[in-house]
Amino acid sequence: MSLLRKQHSVLPGFGLSLGFTLAYLGLIVLVPLSAAFLKTAGMSWGDFIAAVASPRVMAAYRLSFFASLAAASVNAFFGLIVAWVLVRYAFPGKRILDALVDLPFALPTAVAGIALTAIYAKNGWLGQWLEPQGVKIAFTEIGVFVALTFIGLPFVVRTLQPVLEELQPELEEAAASLGANRWQTIARVLLPELFPALLTGFALSFARALGEYGSVVFISGNMPMRTEIVPLLIITKLEQYDYRGATAIAVVMLTASFGLLLLINLIQKWSRRHHRV
Amino acid sequence: MAVVVTSTLVKPRALAGAPLRATQDPRCVRRLLIGIALGFLAFFLLLPLAAVFGEALRRGLGAYFAAVGDADALASVKLTLIAALISVPANVVFGVAAAWCIAKYSFRGKSLLITLIDLPFAVSPVISGLIYVLVFGAQGWLGPWLIEHNVKIIFAVPGIVLATTFVTFPFVARELIPLMQAQGSEEEYAAITLGANGWQTFWRVTLPNIKWGLLYGVILCNARAMGEFGAVSVVSGHIRGETNTMPLHVEILYNEYNFVGAFAVASLLALLALVTLVLKSIVEWRHARSHAA
Repeated sequence: MSLLRKQHSVLPGFGLSLGFTLAYLGLIVLVPLSAAFLKTAGMSWGDFIAAVASPRVMAAYRLSFFASLAAASVNAFFGLIVAWVLVRYAFPGKRILDALVDLPFALPTAVAGIALTAIYAKNGWLGQWLEPQGVKIAFTEIGVFVALTFIGLPFVVRTLQPVLEELQPELEEAAASLGANRWQTIARVLLPELFPALLTGFALSFARALGEYGSVVFISGNMPMRTEIVPLLIITKLEQYDYRGATAIAVVMLTASFGLLLLINLIQKWSRRHHRV
Repeated sequence: MAVVVTSTLVKPRALAGAPLRATQDPRCVRRLLIGIALGFLAFFLLLPLAAVFGEALRRGLGAYFAAVGDADALASVKLTLIAALISVPANVVFGVAAAWCIAKYSFRGKSLLITLIDLPFAVSPVISGLIYVLVFGAQGWLGPWLIEHNVKIIFAVPGIVLATTFVTFPFVARELIPLMQAQGSEEEYAAITLGANGWQTFWRVTLPNIKWGLLYGVILCNARAMGEFGAVSVVSGHIRGETNTMPLHVEILYNEYNFVGAFAVASLLALLALVTLVLKSIVEWRHARSHAA
């Protein structure tokens, strides 16, 4: 220890704070997480494949993947506009709107779920107008997409806002004085600057959507093969006391999430290097 | 909407016809983009919020207060408060300790440690509950021992507290780590040099410097702790009046078609979310001001 702390040896408390941090991290996070992997390691390869690749599970992967992808894409598009408007323009009620962007972080997911269902169900606020037109949202894949869009909304806005605020106006002025029109400036100067943050926000929104449960279960209708998301499948298996099956699917999801986390870290590292140059 | 100005330059009306600055967009583009942003946010944020309160008050104030005052509803409020009162302070102590060792010292594996602290954010809420079932459940690692000693964790309050602690684990730490790294250690060195001991330095120098960041982390941590649904749902067992937190009680009432009851309890959670957003904005504003000073 004395070697490691030689730079800052004046301040006391290194051993205590690091020891407590590692113990708490281990007990609350690492040991329980490793339980999932160890439980699955005890399964035979055939059992594992049967649990994680049955047609019903594959249908759930497909739905979770594509609904999350669609939700993250919509959030990337509208999030860019919302962030741009909040940073660049002044209008009445801007501060309230800015604070409200975090609502999906603050509102419990179950509350969001029943509220969205009340809006889009057959006799709901919008559903009663949409269903006669043949547009069904609640209890379909579109309902899943709507819920995932709601919970992923803040990620893109909040990752773009600080980058937009730090953009130098000189950059745009230089482009304009060199003869670029506004669209060229946006496409060739602004978007490349914003791209890493946009990608990070997209990936965060996508990752959050993959694991989401509370807001989706009410609006999705939970029909096997059609509107069943992967986290719901884990709950279903648990209720049938199929702990191994539930854990095997959980391990597949954990691997995907950790892969995404790694990817997000790489994007951020790449963008920091890109900015320093 | 009458006065549309950019944040960089306030233009007098007489100059409205003057050429635009390079960083400005034409007025019609500004109006269009503001319109799209407002429409999107109204559709996805305001409408659900209005739906919660609208549905809760559908049968009038009498039915609303009867639903909120119901014994099982009050029991769920109490359990939610207990879970938050244990998990939030635990994560505050952890956050401060983690930020202290990460920001004040250099050691190998630091970036790995920071990544591991963020790990719970990457885990689906359902899986956050499942892993505690695998450790403490009847079929789990410690299950037989716990049954032998008559200790209930899963389908009881301790399981709910553990799952809540897991999902709120990174909130305080991830606010404090960058803040304390940016602040550096000069003031702490000065305090130590002048004869203060470690605790005095922490209470009198570090804590006043990080108080807004700490409060910010606590507000976010608390909102998630009180609102968590998926993780708690797996470990709770859904026993009315005993192991139901507020979000779980909302689900039970909703599935029983007691919509007024479900939305009444949900409206309390929505109010909590709005209070959280207000407090968060105040703290952000105070923090920005103390930095500008």
